[in-house]
Amino acid sequence: MIITVNGTEHRIEPSIAEKSLALWLREDLMLTGTKIGCDIGVCGSCTVLVDGKALRSCKLKLKDVATKNVITIEGMSAADGTLHPIQQAFMDCGAIQCGFCTPGMVLSTYALLLENPAPTRAQARSAIKGNICRCTGYQQIIDAIMQAAQQMREG
Amino acid sequence: MKYTSDGVKAFRNDAVAKVTGTAKYTDDYTMPGMLHAAPVYAPIASAKINGIDSAEAIQMPGVLAVFTAKDIPGNVVFGQIIKDYPTLALDRVRSTGDVLALVVANTREQAIAAIPSVKLNLEEIPALFDPELAMQPESPLLHPDHGSNVCNYHCVRTGDIEQGERDSDIIIEQEFKTSRAEHAYLEPESALCYLRPDGVMEVLGSMQHPFSTRRFVASTLGFQLKDVEVRTVPMGGGFGGKDDTAALVCARAALCAYLLKKPVKLTYNREWSMRESYKRHPYTLQYRMGLKKSGKIQFVKVRMVADGGAYCSVTPWVTWRSTVQCCGCYEVPNVHCDVYGVYTNNVFSGAFRGFGSPQVNFSIEQLVEIAAAKLGISESEFRRINMVHQDSVTITGQKLDTHTVSLKQAMDTVLNEVDYEAKLPLCSFGNKDADEWYGIGYAISYRGMSLGAEGTDFNSAIVNIQPDGSVLLETGIHENGQGSESAMILILAEELGIPQELIRYRFPSTSNIPDGGTTVASRGTILGGGATVKAAELVKQRICEGVETALGIKGCTYSKALVFNAEGKQVADYFSAIQMCYRKQIYPYAFGVFQAPRVSWDEHTGHGNAYFTWVYGCQAVELKVNPKTGQITLLNMLAAHDMGKAVNPAMLAGQFYGGMTMGAGYGLYEDTPLQDGNPQISNYHNYRVLRSTDLPEMTAYFIQNPDPNSPSKAKGIGEPTLELMAPAIANALYRATGVRFNSLPLAKGVQDYIKGQQQ
Ligand code: FES
Ligand code: FES
Repeated sequence: MIITVNGTEHRIEPSIAEKSLALWLREDLMLTGTKIGCDIGVCGSCTVLVDGKALRSCKLKLKDVATKNVITIEGMSAADGTLHPIQQAFMDCGAIQCGFCTPGMVLSTYALLLENPAPTRAQARSAIKGNICRCTGYQQIIDAIMQAAQQMREG
Repeated sequence: MKYTSDGVKAFRNDAVAKVTGTAKYTDDYTMPGMLHAAPVYAPIASAKINGIDSAEAIQMPGVLAVFTAKDIPGNVVFGQIIKDYPTLALDRVRSTGDVLALVVANTREQAIAAIPSVKLNLEEIPALFDPELAMQPESPLLHPDHGSNVCNYHCVRTGDIEQGERDSDIIIEQEFKTSRAEHAYLEPESALCYLRPDGVMEVLGSMQHPFSTRRFVASTLGFQLKDVEVRTVPMGGGFGGKDDTAALVCARAALCAYLLKKPVKLTYNREWSMRESYKRHPYTLQYRMGLKKSGKIQFVKVRMVADGGAYCSVTPWVTWRSTVQCCGCYEVPNVHCDVYGVYTNNVFSGAFRGFGSPQVNFSIEQLVEIAAAKLGISESEFRRINMVHQDSVTITGQKLDTHTVSLKQAMDTVLNEVDYEAKLPLCSFGNKDADEWYGIGYAISYRGMSLGAEGTDFNSAIVNIQPDGSVLLETGIHENGQGSESAMILILAEELGIPQELIRYRFPSTSNIPDGGTTVASRGTILGGGATVKAAELVKQRICEGVETALGIKGCTYSKALVFNAEGKQVADYFSAIQMCYRKQIYPYAFGVFQAPRVSWDEHTGHGNAYFTWVYGCQAVELKVNPKTGQITLLNMLAAHDMGKAVNPAMLAGQFYGGMTMGAGYGLYEDTPLQDGNPQISNYHNYRVLRSTDLPEMTAYFIQNPDPNSPSKAKGIGEPTLELMAPAIANALYRATGVRFNSLPLAKGVQDYIKGQQQ
């Protein structure tokens, strides 16, 4: 069983096929940018991209993502460290406070913009419905989504 | 000034790390040979502990040890005010949040698996869940050493209450009840501790008060303060909630690490966090208010009972703020106020953003509207008649003459912007024919800044300029996620006239800088910023000294990164001045201290200059209610606050939006029901915090009257933004439904009302 994470292929031993994707990312791959806020699939802080869809990694087992392509927050910026426009927009718009929800928010945003490059504010608001943020009141996160969408459209 | 995001770029020193996932929170760290601990909770709220049998647990796979209070080398109990809070319960259970034992194993899963194998021999003793009952003299005592279940008492006696009664044309009475809200910070508690080869217990933890944590750890281990080093790492939210419990989590991990001589991590899951961590105090508030027909308040008599739960925590300080602010932001000549913090066997209560003001504001901001309606004058007119203004004297005898009293300015701003008067006629008041009910409401407040007479209030900053001109800055204020480090950097950059990129906030540790007190009470910017300004003033003197020595002149001054001689001619720029300092062996280094101006308090009369300065604010909300389902939809939320000076506008707006959101959640949904003292919430599925789709667009107005009491001119804003939305929503719900809801959470009251109507 092979899982691709941020472009790198990982061979999975059957013995750990039942392990949670979130824990595997954090403990085995040391990709600790994926956060665990609830561990029952309701807060969105563990969101990763699986074949372009935003999914909650705490609810997935490794066997669920066999042969799939996983992108985590660590895979968002370019190899040379250049930030993705979504990341830049989160910084510019003041969308980050404690930062614990940020990785999940960035990936939910990415999934939205892959599907809908020109969302309305209301669509942006809906897209992060599954991601709890206790700090920001979401408004500046929505600002960031709108700014990122525009920048990505303009290339 | 209306905040708009156009063209504003937020500044945060930690943003890149957080947005790329490289920021390391406590649970993201591992160490070679690291073990994992898990807590064993009391299944009932009140019991005598006859014994704990770990023989079976110790046989479980991977388990290395089970520790109980008997293994604690130092003090079993600690506390910030009263030392009644056990690291591990020794002989008695007082709440279902009590931890009786710690299981340590090779993996977290193994530790958790062994929890049920720890056998607890408990003898149940009658519990007290009702604070009124607990206050009765014949009730059994939770803490016999304390001598009473009344943890603390505060009062205000101003004027002559009987005269007030006689002078009143109308008297109103109303009781209010508030809820037990959970902080629900996104990152649960976590600690990683290890004993360094030099004998120092090093602590990494998700907590908001490193110095308090250091005291808890040192007390538990029997160590001196110098032998514990608490290093702060990014924290996933606190809101006042990562103080006592978070410190104990660190103390427990440290205990295991000390006993086993291995690194030990203790990371909470959400269920443990919600079960054990303290909540916002639920209050019962009984008000009696006398009024003249003219609209003037003649007296306020109020009794408040706060359920403090099983342990003291900061209940005396929280209830003290409620005492000082018991009449809201109004002038009242005669006041009789009694406030009790009470021990019960419920999950305990402690600090939570707002700190004793949200409960009072929820009540008083409805009470003034009830009063106005009784008198037949508008609620806004009534507020204008009674609100504090420049040079007013507060109910505790403090003259408001050291800063700009901008309450009316805040209220007028919001009412104009939301077009309040024009929208009032649209309100439904429970109109039977309407498909949806519309309502608008607002609330106003003042808030004493920082700790006031609650505690010692001083802070320090170290500015250490390197030979290349770059700067290391450090203060005794802790970054809770709100961006205080960034605010300090901006303040220093402005003071020195250098680009912020030249400044790095140094990785903080309790061994680097003196204890700066807790980063609560919105005191980060005012105290830390104050110390930063003081340190900047000193370092400028050092720089001038360096230039004077190098050039053999006298009387230099520093302004905007340039040094001028006595005649006002430029003699050095910043970088050459720094080089001169090092050449002449003068360190451009300074230690600055800011002491908050003196405050005073008399416990017997409730009089004094309670706070050294105050902030003023107003928030409004528009909403609609579905008359069939009771569902509430927020349509618009606005806020205006006077924070003195907007240091970092985008982050400031974030404090506004975040505070309004948390305040709205507190008003509408947040509550922790208890079953025999045990929280019936375990995760976000049964504790409802607001999500993005629950919210409308929000608008923030910054009022900036520079505060002469603050060296940086700025004051705190984290808490004022939270304390108004609940009463604003209550007032709007009244105008939507025609019914006053006097208990939190409001959505439940509305649901119950609609159900009652339908029957
Ligand atoms: S941790 Fe996965 S949804 Fe909360
Ligand atoms: S920034 Fe703290 S939870 Fe979103």
